[in-house]
Amino acid sequence: MTTSLVDAESVLAIEIGSIHTRALLFDVVDGQYRFIGAGRAPTTIHAPFFDISEGIHLAISHLQEITSRILLEESRLILPGKADGSGVDQVVLTYTAGQPLRVVVMGLLEDVSVESARRLAASAHTIITEAIGLNDRRPPEAQIDALLRARPDLIILSGGTDQGASRSIAKNVDLLTFALQIIPREKRPEVIYAGNHALVTPVKDVLSTYTQVHVAPNLRPEIDVENLSPAQDILADAEFHIRSRQIGGLQSYRSILAVEPLSAPFAFARMIRFLSRINNPGKGVIGVDLGAGNLIIASAFQGNSAVSVLPMGTGPGMAQALRTIPISEISRWLPIHIPESVVEDYLWHKTLHPTLLPVTTETAAVEQAAIRQVLWNGLNQHRTRYPNTPLLAEPILAAGMPLTQWSPQTSLMLLVDGLQPFGITTFVQDAHGLTAALGIISTNNAILPVQVIESNAFVNLGTVIVPLSNARYGTSILKVKVEYEAGNQISLEVRQGSVTALPIQTGQTARVHLQPLRPITIDPIGKDTTRSFKVIGGVCGVIVDARGRPLSLPTDAARRRDMLKKWAAGFGA
Amino acid sequence: MIAPVTHILPLAHIRRARMLPGKGRILARVGQEVNAAYVVAEADLPGSHILVDVRRILGLKRVEQAHRLIERKVGERVEKGDILAQTGGLLPKVIRAPADSTIVAIQRGQILLEKPGEHFELKAGLNGVVSEVLSERGVVVETHGALIQGVWGNGQINGGLLQFAVSQPDEEIHRGNLDMSLRGSIVVGGFIHKADALDAAEELPLRGLVLGSISAALISAAQKCSVPIMVTEGFGQIPMNRAAFRLLKTHEKRETSINTSWNPEFGERPEIVVSLPSQGQTPMDVVEFTVGQTVRILSAPHSGEIGTLVAIRPGRVTLPGGLRVQVAEIRLENNQQISLPLTNLDVLE
Repeated sequence: MTTSLVDAESVLAIEIGSIHTRALLFDVVDGQYRFIGAGRAPTTIHAPFFDISEGIHLAISHLQEITSRILLEESRLILPGKADGSGVDQVVLTYTAGQPLRVVVMGLLEDVSVESARRLAASAHTIITEAIGLNDRRPPEAQIDALLRARPDLIILSGGTDQGASRSIAKNVDLLTFALQIIPREKRPEVIYAGNHALVTPVKDVLSTYTQVHVAPNLRPEIDVENLSPAQDILADAEFHIRSRQIGGLQSYRSILAVEPLSAPFAFARMIRFLSRINNPGKGVIGVDLGAGNLIIASAFQGNSAVSVLPMGTGPGMAQALRTIPISEISRWLPIHIPESVVEDYLWHKTLHPTLLPVTTETAAVEQAAIRQVLWNGLNQHRTRYPNTPLLAEPILAAGMPLTQWSPQTSLMLLVDGLQPFGITTFVQDAHGLTAALGIISTNNAILPVQVIESNAFVNLGTVIVPLSNARYGTSILKVKVEYEAGNQISLEVRQGSVTALPIQTGQTARVHLQPLRPITIDPIGKDTTRSFKVIGGVCGVIVDARGRPLSLPTDAARRRDMLKKWAAGFGA
Repeated sequence: MIAPVTHILPLAHIRRARMLPGKGRILARVGQEVNAAYVVAEADLPGSHILVDVRRILGLKRVEQAHRLIERKVGERVEKGDILAQTGGLLPKVIRAPADSTIVAIQRGQILLEKPGEHFELKAGLNGVVSEVLSERGVVVETHGALIQGVWGNGQINGGLLQFAVSQPDEEIHRGNLDMSLRGSIVVGGFIHKADALDAAEELPLRGLVLGSISAALISAAQKCSVPIMVTEGFGQIPMNRAAFRLLKTHEKRETSINTSWNPEFGERPEIVVSLPSQGQTPMDVVEFTVGQTVRILSAPHSGEIGTLVAIRPGRVTLPGGLRVQVAEIRLENNQQISLPLTNLDVLE
């Protein structure tokens, strides 16, 4: 597709991660937007700098080195770009760095407005430190004490359908005003009010005496209708407002940015939603972004999206993951014998040294095992929170260094084992970590994301076909015929419990015919008529994963390790 | 590339701000010599609250009526039994304070009382001199001496003589090598693998433990342990790096302070300080990786070993497993040369 660009502008996207700050450059090449390069430097949010500026400057300097494009003049960013090609025309910024926002959710019914407030909070980099609802049996003073102990950065106050309950909301507002009066002004949390719309004015009048109040549309305008999306935009604004006080230097960049800075999870989700609009309308899109501190999972179906930010990562986030995931659940993914105590030691060690890269077979195995389990737990938590998460996804997009740093075959294996997709799914790797940047750029430039996605900046890892069967392990369940464009063809049989790579080269188009030898299901929710379809080979070709769902690992350790090795070989890892 | 720095310095100028969690009273003065456990400031932390609903108790219909009957103002201290509100008249209804407390808010006919909270004491954290008093908030303590930083600690502070329970940095500390001769000391060892070593440290008691590493399974027990514990390398059975071990050895039997407060977000790291009469320089917190630096290896199989950075390879190198990374060449102390990702090192400065 060729699009004429009237106002072609170069864009510099800055991403402040918990470990690294990156500077991503996009510009027009031969009439199309392209990703030009990425510079990287340590994030300088913590000691000794306590200001993001140094990390940003170093990342841009690195980008300048890599691309040989002059971006800085006397240490200052050249903005807008000059006729000689130096500088950039626009700057955008996303961030994930910083401790999670401490959030208290307040509502009426625990499984209605309180739950919606929880879901809203979970769509950002937050930790819910207290929840107060109508059925809370604690006396009011105990609730005030609990609220103070929670040390919130933000309070989400919800409850009451529009024109519905008002007295109970007033009770919560009373409680809150007591607490706000006790907290020193400089430590007071901000408030998002997302309850009964009829009470917006009185609630705002009372609370704004003490703190900043953000008003969002009611999360539950009707008892059985949940409306999170508009409130997510308000949450994004509130988050930036709070972060500006917590992250040194963030506020000072605002004046040079083309759009308001956005936390990376929101930007990531925005891009996943965008992809769902332009992709197969019958399937959803899932995006996973695993970092040192967090796992972001975003899902979207026909333009409706949901996002979870889970406090699980391969660095500091591993501490939280290890509090909820037993070591045995991680160890079961090890293809070699490593004592559980060694696994535990290594993963905790990484919480202290998050930049560590695994350089031995053992440490690589432990890290890969942990990644699989974190993905599995994360996706299940997301599905529990959002039951409408699509079962079938096209594509599944993976970002974040812990997922993209390996060989493509290993990356695909980790993703398939961790996410256990159904049906036919293409796995796309965002090796350069562009998704969140494209999400924020799409705010005022819809062409750039489309053209960058259509370029080769994203890697097609491969298509994964999952035939489900009740046959015994080792039984031939499926005959696969691959018909190449040149006219030649091959056939092979797939056995239950196996991972089989179809010999389709990167970029090669072929038609795949599935001939069941036993009853099989490809589409567990649809009419399941998918028996012949066209595929384009990814870096790992096309994979038939006949291991069943959920993956069942043998309980016998020796057998399990053999099985994991066989499966890895199937992926080519 | 900016390198993470760990200070293992024979002589440095050390300056530490010690802050209360809120406003409080400063007990030290500028120029005062303090030891690590000396209380330099104190504060009464907020206590729990009591809500007294005057309107409801007195059976009033309107909030304004309640406010007229409340006899106290926000900020007033009251003792148990003091009158908060009363109706007046021949047979007045009286509401009394249920506990010694302070009135922190009055709204909608309700009084919120705050009971006295826990008493918080702020320790100096190191042996030194108070160089600055930060009004109602804290103090700055300065000294010159040897500085050894760790990577994890259990948040305790103390001071005492530095002693060794082991002769090599890879030796385990267990109940058997913590004898009575070490009582009241800050004890150095390779690693702790069994919980009984922590029990023995508390029973003696020790005033501190300086370890290369501790098993992750003991993190929770170590956090609860009243003895300050500082870890120099991380979790597992990693020997203490020889640079730290050697420097600590040169100060055996010297008076030492141990502060194991640890908050990476604020750059707070656990540390051992041995005050010395000589003048040191302020250590550099920011350095770039440069050939010739002494570096420490953070990853297996060389965890805790130190060496010299002899080269940084240009571009990226593919490691087994497909990782593409920037690699450095390190000459270890035994002259063996190895290649490692730059991200698996920190600089000892």
